[in-house]
Amino acid sequence: MTMFLRRARFILGTLFVVAIIAAIGPVHAQQPAPSQTPPPQQSSRSPIVDPDADAVHEQQLLREFPRIQGFIWIPDERASVLVQPEGRTWRYFHEVLLHWIGAVVIVGMVVLLAIFYWLVGPLRMPGGRSGTRVRRFSTFERFSHWLTATSFVVLALTGLNITFGKLVLLPLIGPEAFSTLAQYAKYVHNYISFAFVLGLALIVINWVKDNIPRKIDIVWLKEGGGFIPSKHPQAGRFNAGEKLVFWFAFGAGAAVAISGYLLMFPFYVTNIAGMQLAQVVHALIAVAFIAVIIGHIYIGTLGTEGAFEAMGAGSVDLNWAKGHHGKWLEDEIAKGRFPQQVASIAPAE
Amino acid sequence: MARMKFLCDADRCIECNACVTACKNEHDVPWGINRRRVVTINDGKPGERSVSMACMHCTDAPCMAVCPVSCFYNTADGVVLHSKDLCIGCGYCFYACPFGAPQYPRIGNFGSRGKMDKCTYCAGGPEPDGTMIQYEKYGNDRLVDGKLPLCAEMCSTKALLAGDGDIIAQIYKERVIARGYGSGAWAWTTAYGAGIKV
Repeated sequence: MTMFLRRARFILGTLFVVAIIAAIGPVHAQQPAPSQTPPPQQSSRSPIVDPDADAVHEQQLLREFPRIQGFIWIPDERASVLVQPEGRTWRYFHEVLLHWIGAVVIVGMVVLLAIFYWLVGPLRMPGGRSGTRVRRFSTFERFSHWLTATSFVVLALTGLNITFGKLVLLPLIGPEAFSTLAQYAKYVHNYISFAFVLGLALIVINWVKDNIPRKIDIVWLKEGGGFIPSKHPQAGRFNAGEKLVFWFAFGAGAAVAISGYLLMFPFYVTNIAGMQLAQVVHALIAVAFIAVIIGHIYIGTLGTEGAFEAMGAGSVDLNWAKGHHGKWLEDEIAKGRFPQQVASIAPAE
Repeated sequence: MARMKFLCDADRCIECNACVTACKNEHDVPWGINRRRVVTINDGKPGERSVSMACMHCTDAPCMAVCPVSCFYNTADGVVLHSKDLCIGCGYCFYACPFGAPQYPRIGNFGSRGKMDKCTYCAGGPEPDGTMIQYEKYGNDRLVDGKLPLCAEMCSTKALLAGDGDIIAQIYKERVIARGYGSGAWAWTTAYGAGIKV
């Protein structure tokens, strides 16, 4: 009996020790290391994990990037731009700046020319008409010029309609008629652009060799380009003013063509920011282009007696050539390009 | 009158794209055109959020301001609609829109822009309500029947809210207070001039 009790006490004692070890061990193992931070204080209001901690916020993103872009499931990469607030900047340009710049520059040019015409009037033919004519432009040169010129006028009018039509024409003819007109104007603008680019390319090929700046051009500019009656600056085939128009048309034409085709073929080359920029470039250069060409038209028609015939008929009066392009006339006579009777009259000066 | 707005609670959106599908189906939107889309910011990173975006029907809408033929108009509910009869497909509204809402079918010359298509807030266009011609051009007109836009109506997590701006702003505020966080009313500052302060 005593033997049994002793054995039972031993077994119970062993079990007790095992139980204590079993209980303490894991508890000890789960004790946090002394360096670890204490668990966050729990309260009924704020959750343990802040689900907003890493969240992207719109205004923060917009401070960092010009536009917010992300991942999108639909197979259209362009649609992955979520917000692009610079559209507002473009709107300000298009609705406020462009209206003012366009109106001031274009109307300003017309007003200035009108004042000039009223004060000074046209430049008369130097020495009056001689009755002898000399050839100035070939048929192909005139074709190139008029191809560019007519397409430019069409492009300018249809382009102005996009910006100013709703202010000028829409109230006059009503929304339906104006929309139909604007729709055709858009197509015409898109298609005629190719004729303009072709014409401009032909102009450049025809005349680039005659438009290289020379020393004579500086003298021509210093002497007021023939507008000062006492001075009589000489010029080659093209004077400095014509050369400026040539290089301006080349540069501006290339710029409006490139920016225009970027807009005509959306997303082929640029994204939306590029198209906004292209539209700004297209509009501003086009406004300057229109103003310069209005000046060009004035000088070539009303402003200079006998000038239009050069591009209209291809020939000019001998005295016109002597007065405005004396160097060119001499060179042409020296080359034997003109008939004998011209050569005999011309060196009289 | 109510001032109708959209609000996407980005903390609820699960990027399921049901709104995109619902919109396409409801209005028979042609291939390549999505009036609504879901964009996921920080995809796969901590703090990822998805936003369902369509036309926000802006206050002082930029599209309306820049349109060269003035084809946009505001309804009495503040919804921004446009006339496809007047639209010439020039693309200017797309340059001006902060949300990429205007879409163009590529049917013009050189595959360029046709007449613009965008979210109508399920309110059709200028044609008489409920007519087939209106449906073909602009899709279903639900608003006239007193129904809200389908995208928001069928959103499974009620992330996308449509309705009067004051009411949906109040719902959003209550949500943010109840759950203790919110990544903000996306696009509201850009579209309506002010976000929602909670």
